Amino acid sequence: MCTTCGCEEHVHDHTHARTVHLEENILAKNDAYAAENRRRLAARGIFALNFVSSPGAGKTTLLVKTVEALAGRLPVAVIEGDQQTSLDAERIRAAGAPAIQINTGKGCHLDAHAVGHALEDLAPERGALVMIENVGNLVCPADFDLGEAHKVVILSVTEGEDKPLKYPNMFRVADLMIVHKTDLLPYVSFDVDKCIGYARRANPAIEALRVSSVSGDGMPEWLGWLARGVGEARA
Amino acid sequence: MHEMALAESVLGIVEDAARRERATRVRAVRLEIGRLANVEIEAMRFCFDAVTRGSVAEAARLEIDEAPGAGWCMRCAASVPIDSAVDACPRCGEYQVAVTGGTQMKVKELELE
Repeated sequence: MCTTCGCEEHVHDHTHARTVHLEENILAKNDAYAAENRRRLAARGIFALNFVSSPGAGKTTLLVKTVEALAGRLPVAVIEGDQQTSLDAERIRAAGAPAIQINTGKGCHLDAHAVGHALEDLAPERGALVMIENVGNLVCPADFDLGEAHKVVILSVTEGEDKPLKYPNMFRVADLMIVHKTDLLPYVSFDVDKCIGYARRANPAIEALRVSSVSGDGMPEWLGWLARGVGEARA
Repeated sequence: MHEMALAESVLGIVEDAARRERATRVRAVRLEIGRLANVEIEAMRFCFDAVTRGSVAEAARLEIDEAPGAGWCMRCAASVPIDSAVDACPRCGEYQVAVTGGTQMKVKELELE
């Protein structure tokens, strides 16, 4: 046996082994689909957001309240990502907006390819707001660009205020952080300013809003933020 | 697991390259993973072994170069080394540091036969 490479040949040259330089981004394929989604959305003046959080932070409830608040004022369409069930899409439809459910099965995040097909099926109208609710997970969705204008990370006050330190990558890639369920602040030990400060360690430029979907506190600011984004996308 | 999706992407890139180069076997795959990338190196190795089974890259050696993290401190107006996205600036101790490097995940090169 050859002692150099372990192959079975006794006499051979090693020219058959060669090195190929690639320098290719591991996420290149996803990024190409995301770029195509972004191009199509821009062509139709659509403002798309990618909502990320841990499970149970209240993403679907916030989306339902947002759909209800915008009814008759702005066309809204929703893409729901979950490993299983279409329960969330049903909640959105019941609130009055078209919704498509993507089941990722064992997958822990949405990818740009699946979202591209969902956008084709959903066919949101020109100038619409498209809200994409990712799988509840503060790790994996950070890496997968879907073609959105912004990632919006939602953190509820029933979670630890130190979550941005534990999962910094998600806060690094998000442009807006919503501190959610603020109606529960009297009952929990959660320092909102401290939490926002932690998020800004990961991302000094991240914007922050405080919202309660139950009491409606902070909803006007949230809807104002959305209206500015929609205006910019249409311009 | 997130590393499984990444390992599958790596395999896709490797298989495309092997086909293009008319290779019969992939001996080694060299990745570059930034210190601030969302990747657990040991999980990546485990998933790479799992997804390459039965492929042209079965039993290929996986080499992983770790690239350092870098940030821009807005107070110091300087580029500084960091090990996590929430690190303080090693010069002034403040947290006004924006990540500028070390998040990359690349397939650098392959050894083919």
